[in-house]
Amino acid sequence: MTCPVTIRIQEDDFDIAREIAILTKSRTDIGAVVSFSGICRAEEDSSKVSALTLEHYPGMAEEEIKRHADEAVSRWPLNGVTVIHRVGRFVPGQNIVLVLTASQHRQAAFQAAEFLMDYLKTNAPFWKKEESATGTGWVEAHARDDEAAARWTKS
Amino acid sequence: MKVKYFAWVRERVGKAEETIEPPATVRTVEELIAWLSGQSEAYAYAFEKPKVIRTAIDHAHVKSDAAIAGAREIAFFPPMTGG
Repeated sequence: MTCPVTIRIQEDDFDIAREIAILTKSRTDIGAVVSFSGICRAEEDSSKVSALTLEHYPGMAEEEIKRHADEAVSRWPLNGVTVIHRVGRFVPGQNIVLVLTASQHRQAAFQAAEFLMDYLKTNAPFWKKEESATGTGWVEAHARDDEAAARWTKS
Repeated sequence: MKVKYFAWVRERVGKAEETIEPPATVRTVEELIAWLSGQSEAYAYAFEKPKVIRTAIDHAHVKSDAAIAGAREIAFFPPMTGG
């Protein structure tokens, strides 16, 4: 079973339908595609956010996502993985991240997408700076994200 | 070796990257952070809470007791908040 893995870091927006079409083109073995989109929201812990700026570590960001995508491929029977992470400045409503996982059955696709997002949040070198009416500041990491990632650790 | 800084570590240090030559007695990430902190107020501010700082050597996450010998590129940054 071949499992193409596509990882992109870009400033441009992505088209979910187009990315799914690329992932499933000419394949008849895929029975499930799970799509997760992370979107810039206007509220963070009850304060209004006017914009987010995403910074990343070029080189390491791609490699770190690839390491986790490869781990997902080894843990679940996947037929394709696409991860696109945008960088730059975003206003509420704009896309930030896309994770697509394709599999024969839905369970593997759901679990792998969740695994990838949990690891992306805690281990991929990206940082968010938040603009609000009260000023600009770096977003702090949440313990809940570490806990979400920790549940995938094999015992 | 080349050192890179990201997010608020970069802002506090005041530069995105530089080439440094720490003395041979500086062997681990932890020791490098302590050595940098002694170089100026800016580094001391950036590394004031060393336990919060995350480190990568040659694009891979490492712990604070990791050896820096042979490293081409070391990066310091806050906990990640992407996704």
